[in-house]
Amino acid sequence: MKKDWSLWEVFIRSKNGLSHKHVGSLHAADAQMAIENARDVYTRRNEGISIWVVESKHLTASSPNQAESLFDPADDKVYRHPTFYDLPNELKHI
Amino acid sequence: MTLQEAKLKYILRMGDNALILGQRLSEWCGHGPILEQDIAITNIALDLMGQARSLMQYAAEIENKGRDEDQIAFLRDAWDFRNVLLVEQPNEDWAYTITRQFFFDAYNFYFHQKLVESSDVHLAAIAAKSLKEVTYHLRYSSEWMIRLGDGTDVSHQKMQDAVNELWMYTGELLEMNEVDEIMIAEGIGVDLNVIKPLYEQTINDILAEATLQKPVDTWMQRGGKSGRHTEHLGYILADMQFVQRAYPNMKW
Repeated sequence: MKKDWSLWEVFIRSKNGLSHKHVGSLHAADAQMAIENARDVYTRRNEGISIWVVESKHLTASSPNQAESLFDPADDKVYRHPTFYDLPNELKHI
Repeated sequence: MTLQEAKLKYILRMGDNALILGQRLSEWCGHGPILEQDIAITNIALDLMGQARSLMQYAAEIENKGRDEDQIAFLRDAWDFRNVLLVEQPNEDWAYTITRQFFFDAYNFYFHQKLVESSDVHLAAIAAKSLKEVTYHLRYSSEWMIRLGDGTDVSHQKMQDAVNELWMYTGELLEMNEVDEIMIAEGIGVDLNVIKPLYEQTINDILAEATLQKPVDTWMQRGGKSGRHTEHLGYILADMQFVQRAYPNMKW
């Protein structure tokens, strides 16, 4: 039998229409307990209306060693941002 | 007994249950078996403290003697407390704490489910707010009863011991006296005979799911509802009331 509870990552949606955001991690014996623990640890001050938990071991992360090759190439590609349109003056909030 | 006296006693009984159990649970603060449960159990303690506060504010209003909720909580002695004996029992270990919580939650949930229909609108409003919290408490303690009862040999034995030891304090939960009769007649209070089958069903179901043996009904302890307490209450009050008594009217 495993003695230590596994680690879970917690995602909270703060209100309808927004997406779930990673808020932290916690220990739990299974998914049900992870949800309850997340409720107690991360939503005490009205932070959320929905919780997702996923066991940390199921996450695959990009390697910090590869950061240069993964992300730096995007630095000089300004044309990927929609900043080249001429907008009429009447249009606001875009 | 006048209606006012009965109502005051009824509300203090609820308030004292919440206050004393909340105080007991808060003893776990910083000592929980794991950080997540330390937070969970003290969350429940805080819920109960909040309920005690609302109820004692209302009690002070009914009493109308110029006392406030702090004076009611901190300046009464043991014989004036009307909480059931179950809630003043010591934490002992996690198994005891969870079992005590489960027995109380099972009663408290069905009690509040009915109390929201009270003819006293103020009390019904307090009950509606508390019901959401109490629903979670019951879910929480039931979950842990099942996990530990149906867990390892050691956790099962610890839970069974706790169930056996605390069983004699469960009879009082559904006991009624003159106060209840007056409150039921006025449509203010809950007829505990009505919630009894619901309570027993929950106890039976969860104990069965937790693979725990339901103790045989023998002698049931009683007295809390009329102010006769176990020796534990005095120690709780000594802890809880010391500062207010040593430094009267002290505020944070």
